[in-house]
Amino acid sequence: MDFTIEINKEQVPVQSGEYLLDVLSRIGIKIPTLCHMKDKLPTGACRMCVVENKSNGKLITSCSHPVEQGMRIDTQSQRVAESRKTIVELLLSNHPDDCLYCVRNKNCELQDLAEELHVDDRRVRGEKNNYHLDMSSASIVRDPSKCILCGRCVVVCEETMGVACIDFANRGSQSIISTTYNRGLNVSSCINCGQCIMVCPTGALTEKNHFAEIQDALANPKKVVVVQYAPSISVSLAEEFNMEPGLDINGVMNAALRKLGFDFIFDTTFAADLTIMEESTELIDRIQKNERLPLMTSCCPGWVKYAEEFAGDLLPLLSSCKSPQQMMGAVIKTYFAERMNLRKEDIYSVSIMPCTAKKFEAQREEMVSKGIVDVDAILTTRELARFIKLYGVDIHKLEPEITDSPLGARSTAGKLFGVTGGVMEAAIRTAYWKLTGEELIKFQIKELRGLAGRKEAKVEVNGLTLGVAVVNGISNAKVLLDEIRAGRNDLHFVEVMACPSGCIGGGGQKIGASPEALAARMQTIYSADMKESLRVSHKNPEVIELYRSFLGEPNSEIAHHLLHTRYRIREDILK
Amino acid sequence: MASISTILKQYPDGKREHLIPILQAIQEQAGYLSEDSIVEVGKHLQLPTSKIFGVATFYNQFRFEPQGKYHIQVCRGTACHVLGSSTVQAELEKRLKIKAGSTARDGLFSLEVVACIGACGLAPVISINGEFHAKLKPADIDDILEHYRNLESE
Ligand code: SF4
Ligand code: SF4
Ligand code: FES
Repeated sequence: MDFTIEINKEQVPVQSGEYLLDVLSRIGIKIPTLCHMKDKLPTGACRMCVVENKSNGKLITSCSHPVEQGMRIDTQSQRVAESRKTIVELLLSNHPDDCLYCVRNKNCELQDLAEELHVDDRRVRGEKNNYHLDMSSASIVRDPSKCILCGRCVVVCEETMGVACIDFANRGSQSIISTTYNRGLNVSSCINCGQCIMVCPTGALTEKNHFAEIQDALANPKKVVVVQYAPSISVSLAEEFNMEPGLDINGVMNAALRKLGFDFIFDTTFAADLTIMEESTELIDRIQKNERLPLMTSCCPGWVKYAEEFAGDLLPLLSSCKSPQQMMGAVIKTYFAERMNLRKEDIYSVSIMPCTAKKFEAQREEMVSKGIVDVDAILTTRELARFIKLYGVDIHKLEPEITDSPLGARSTAGKLFGVTGGVMEAAIRTAYWKLTGEELIKFQIKELRGLAGRKEAKVEVNGLTLGVAVVNGISNAKVLLDEIRAGRNDLHFVEVMACPSGCIGGGGQKIGASPEALAARMQTIYSADMKESLRVSHKNPEVIELYRSFLGEPNSEIAHHLLHTRYRIREDILK
Repeated sequence: MASISTILKQYPDGKREHLIPILQAIQEQAGYLSEDSIVEVGKHLQLPTSKIFGVATFYNQFRFEPQGKYHIQVCRGTACHVLGSSTVQAELEKRLKIKAGSTARDGLFSLEVVACIGACGLAPVISINGEFHAKLKPADIDDILEHYRNLESE
């Protein structure tokens, strides 16, 4: 501790260089903020966080002001309270004010601030914003009328995701967040990751919902409605119902899905195991031929679109495997349909994903054959929670149930797909077994664990030193791509997940989850991998049966047709 | 795109501080900033097009649509402003069904607000393709537009 400053008449020890906001929050003073983002450079744009410096009588933004010798800070003066309140009143003056009809109702920072700052009458009346809703994207809906110009989406899109398809445009009262030429998000370089939704304080950014179609299908007696859920859902859904972060409610979720009327409940983790069977075959093949290395994962549709836009030169490195969602979709409408004697057209296939980009992925032209899509509709984790509430299912009163055969069994290796590094660990386990005929002795690869943005490891397999790298957050991937372009050649396999932390931090997850909650989700997945016995994809009995009775072997002709895809360089978008 | 590459060649180092001069040169030459031109500039300066658009829209000087056959400049200098140029602008926007800074669907007229055009004695004044129309009232606008439309149909 370097020196002390006065805060609300008390002396508080501080370190030089610390931001006032951090000091205040450390000593238990809650300061309202809007533009502030943890771990990002402060912009000081919204002025929500003002405090009064009594030593010079100025109102200063605590998020962007480092502590200074001699500061005498008052966080509670009338000036401070009035100033903050006025900001909210101004923001509300042109806001649509249709809270009751907004998906973010009761989960909105603007509402919270209005309440906390005692905004209880309409002192400022302005003309209401009236911008076009941008519904052009398959994943993201933008409603600029609800935007309060905090700039958080711009920061996350540029700095975390390295995409930068949105920015401030115009100035003064005309300011908006805009794509290039205010065109639809669908022709921008947006990768549909949804990280902007995760940071948006209001309902200005939301996901495109498929509620109506799903409700129709569930109500249609002629449809067999099948649902799959991604590995990370069971460890994130609990928080939507105010249960402890990281609690795994897989069984209860199965029961809830049955109550909603889904006819068959499958676990996408099964398809993660299937992905590993295919992708490890591809890895071994490329290593043996020493071509197109490092192999890069293709299960994240945000990353795939990014690569198509910004890494066209490296597209040949991408695995040709479809993502688990799409593999599962394809298997449901072929293998499962055949076994059940169903026509493809009679199956309605829903998936529950931690991800908004999955909505884009499902409607890619490569995922449609003869007019039939692999997956018909997607719910994010958040949307599943709303769906469960809509149908009046009380999740707290349900007894756990199990998934359905023949696509319900899973290994914990597949479950690891939910966290950054998990695809890699799962793949290494199976590749090792394929190459040596033995199981790895130490399953867990410590270097690949945890939520760091970038991890690397070397694994010895039969005299080969396998070099692997794992990145999450596209800005981290960018650095690695540049190393590969510059000739780095010690890597065989690279895993990329667009979202920070991987799918547990996906753009379809609960908004406002703390870093501790994310760590708890991760821990639950890791502890399943410690406790359970089926820990490798190649021993999943239902995967083995699928190959035995239907696919033949990995990368067989039929497997290739159903489970693999292709990519294209995207020149036709505004980068 | 040949002309744009000529402009970009004058800034071979691709430094971002050249963004504004480059945009000005393009507008000078083409009359506006097209999407294609911004994409080229983005590649040259390694800048996302959203940022270029953001910067360009910050300044009033840039246009994002080609000018109409008849380009109307509404003077908003002090003298014009005091004598009611805003009502003239409002009338133009209403008649043409466009906002200042854009071009009518049929491509005939485009509208721009400019700072003083140095004809304060004529305030409020507009200029159409360089021709001044002086001491205007909103009620005059209809006739003026009609005049240019008639030129077309002759
Ligand atoms: S979805 Fe992702 S890429 Fe698209 S605007 Fe939001 S943050 Fe940017
Ligand atoms: S869209 Fe949301 S995150 Fe982006 S500036 Fe507006 S309010 Fe902030
Ligand atoms: S939170 Fe400090 S200025 Fe916005």
